[in-house]
Amino acid sequence: MTTPSQVQSPSQAQSPSQAHSHGGHNLTGMVIFLCSESVIFLAFFAGYAVFKLSAPQWLPDGVEGLEVRTPLINTIILVSSSFVAWFAEIQLQRRRLWAFRGLWLLTMAMGTYFVLGQALEWQGLAFSLSDGVFGSCFYLLTGFHGLHVITGVLLMALMLARSFRAGNYEGGEAGVASVSLFWHFVDVIWILLFLLIYVWR
Amino acid sequence: MSSSASITPPLRPASHPLPGAPDNWRRFFTFNTDAKVIGIQYIALALFYLLVGGLLAMVIRGELLTPESDLVDPSVYNGLYTMHGTVMLFLFLFPILNGLNNLLIPPMIGAPDMAFPKLNALAFWLFPLFGTLLMLSFFLPGGPSSSGWWAYPPVSTQNPLGHFINGQFVWIVAVALSGVSSILGAVNFVTTILRMRAPGMGWFRMPIFCWTALAAQIIQLVGLPVLTGGAVMLLFDLSFGTSFFQPEGGGDPMLYQHFFWFYSHPAVYVMALPVFGIFSELFPVYARKPLFGYPLVALASLAITVLSLIVWVHHMFYSGTPQWMRHLFMFTTMLIAVPTGIKVFAWIATLWRGRLRLTTAMLFCLGGLVNFIFAGITGVMLATVPVDIHVGNTYFVVGHFHYVIFNTITFGVYAAIYHWFPKFTGRLLYEGLGKLHFVLTFVGSTLNFLPMHWAGLMGMPRRVASYDPEFALANVLASLGAFLLGVAMIPFLLNLVSAWVRGEKAGPNPWNAIGLEWLLPSPPPLENFEDDVPTVLSAPYGYGLDRPLVADEESYVRRAAQGA
Repeated sequence: MTTPSQVQSPSQAQSPSQAHSHGGHNLTGMVIFLCSESVIFLAFFAGYAVFKLSAPQWLPDGVEGLEVRTPLINTIILVSSSFVAWFAEIQLQRRRLWAFRGLWLLTMAMGTYFVLGQALEWQGLAFSLSDGVFGSCFYLLTGFHGLHVITGVLLMALMLARSFRAGNYEGGEAGVASVSLFWHFVDVIWILLFLLIYVWR
Repeated sequence: MSSSASITPPLRPASHPLPGAPDNWRRFFTFNTDAKVIGIQYIALALFYLLVGGLLAMVIRGELLTPESDLVDPSVYNGLYTMHGTVMLFLFLFPILNGLNNLLIPPMIGAPDMAFPKLNALAFWLFPLFGTLLMLSFFLPGGPSSSGWWAYPPVSTQNPLGHFINGQFVWIVAVALSGVSSILGAVNFVTTILRMRAPGMGWFRMPIFCWTALAAQIIQLVGLPVLTGGAVMLLFDLSFGTSFFQPEGGGDPMLYQHFFWFYSHPAVYVMALPVFGIFSELFPVYARKPLFGYPLVALASLAITVLSLIVWVHHMFYSGTPQWMRHLFMFTTMLIAVPTGIKVFAWIATLWRGRLRLTTAMLFCLGGLVNFIFAGITGVMLATVPVDIHVGNTYFVVGHFHYVIFNTITFGVYAAIYHWFPKFTGRLLYEGLGKLHFVLTFVGSTLNFLPMHWAGLMGMPRRVASYDPEFALANVLASLGAFLLGVAMIPFLLNLVSAWVRGEKAGPNPWNAIGLEWLLPSPPPLENFEDDVPTVLSAPYGYGLDRPLVADEESYVRRAAQGA
């Protein structure tokens, strides 16, 4: 990573500064961004722990706790989608484009299922955003994570569309690798979130 | 600024644009992905906001000229100091340092541009967006945010007029957008420094400015998300009825203070570290000596990064923090004086027996160094719990902070502008106007901020529109200093505009400096070295040493002189 990179010569078709953005930079940039992004979740998690340990009344009146079964199924689907994305990447490395597209689409579908499941869960809940600090935390954490899932699905859609462009992978697969990394990150965050919100009583 | 650019005659054909030259000025108003254009965009807009923030400061000082609250309504006064702080930090210092990063980092490491040029332009264009948003909040029915730049709840979650879009709402949105812009910038700067250095430029051949920029941007990456998280929670509390920081709903207002200071103390280092880099670049040039202890100065930057992330509670000594926390954070805060002390000693040792050239840039550096030593001493005083509890929330803190933020950091920024302006515009600034600017700024800032320490030690609280007449003398002096600082902007801006339009041609290396950026023509061409990146052979700052910086140095010098 620290080896100095030789600069490519600008090609005729592109503007010079675009020609210099290498694939390798993309992945480095994504890793740096995700390090930063993990801190914001860390801040929310820390806040959640502080509130939970210090609030005189944690659950709002009339709320018994969260139902775990459906969210657990959602969790399993989201976490499995990470493996599907990984298989998709392997197919891409072997240049089996249609297998890649199929598995990639499956990952997107699993992500979408998760978001829909989340929306359904929100609809059925007996408490709202303004019902004390528990309600505030629950909707903030799941909502903020949900935004990340939606972003991930949109990014994957972009990569899927790009896969139909001729010569798209001549410079490597850094775009797909970066989005895939983002997706794994979103999944790991969900596991932590699930443990904090649903498992920790 | 637009007014400066519009009177500029074209000097070169538009087909062969040089990013820093005043020709074809319209590109400064476009979504341009060139780091040098973006750098100038940042600096010009940030200087505009310096005038706005300065104007607010002068109204504040006008109010404080007399003990009575007579110039503006006290509630307007609250809005004034809130917006003064916000404008100066988020619309002046952060953006102008990002501008310097954009101009300096790629040529200093031999890169053609930033790693992600489009992201870079996007990060810049968020700046006029959130800047305009903040300015528009002056025209809202309830006025702008008036909870201070800390925006502590419960003050910041009051919404007396009941409008959904109120000053505080706009403030939080603008600060969050500024955070997004800074994180995008940080990803870009760190990737560029990690991956795009010239062949042969190992870590300990990298200029200190790049080290400090890296150290500062790491703070942005780790700290800013926490502030952004706190700001999101605050926004929800204010606008959507959540109770993160509302005790009646089980929330905790202290947590906001932790979130805020976890970033906002290191934020001072985000601004100070690049200025330490500027000092480290400029002292060797104008003292004709290598930087003393170069590797240690480089590593001290990273030490400051690490330590700056574990000192934030010293802002909360009087917020009811437990005793063990006070002791722990007093210790870590004092510890940070060690790496900063290393740097100060290195700079003094660099100056020692050097052949000093007192150019305007050097004067600002020397002035900044003297002020920084003073600010460091009051800083250690404030780190001490008993002193802090005594003078916390008084003008002593205001004086200390301005000695850091203006008398050190802004001095360093001015020094950088005087030093690198010829490189990126191809024109020399006028030394006479520059020295006038320095004298007015030094006298003005001393008059402005030194008496604040005295007023604070006597017990004058901050953020008040009226005060006891016993503090009158200190306040009159401070106000005179503030107006003098306003006057000091006239020679400065006159210098920038007139030199850019028709200053003397600078040539590639007017200060006889050593560094990759000085091997380029002034202004540098679009992609700096393009395909012909020099191979770095030695550590920077080889002043007085008989060693080449890069292989085949003569040919680079020759081509830079030809402007090829």
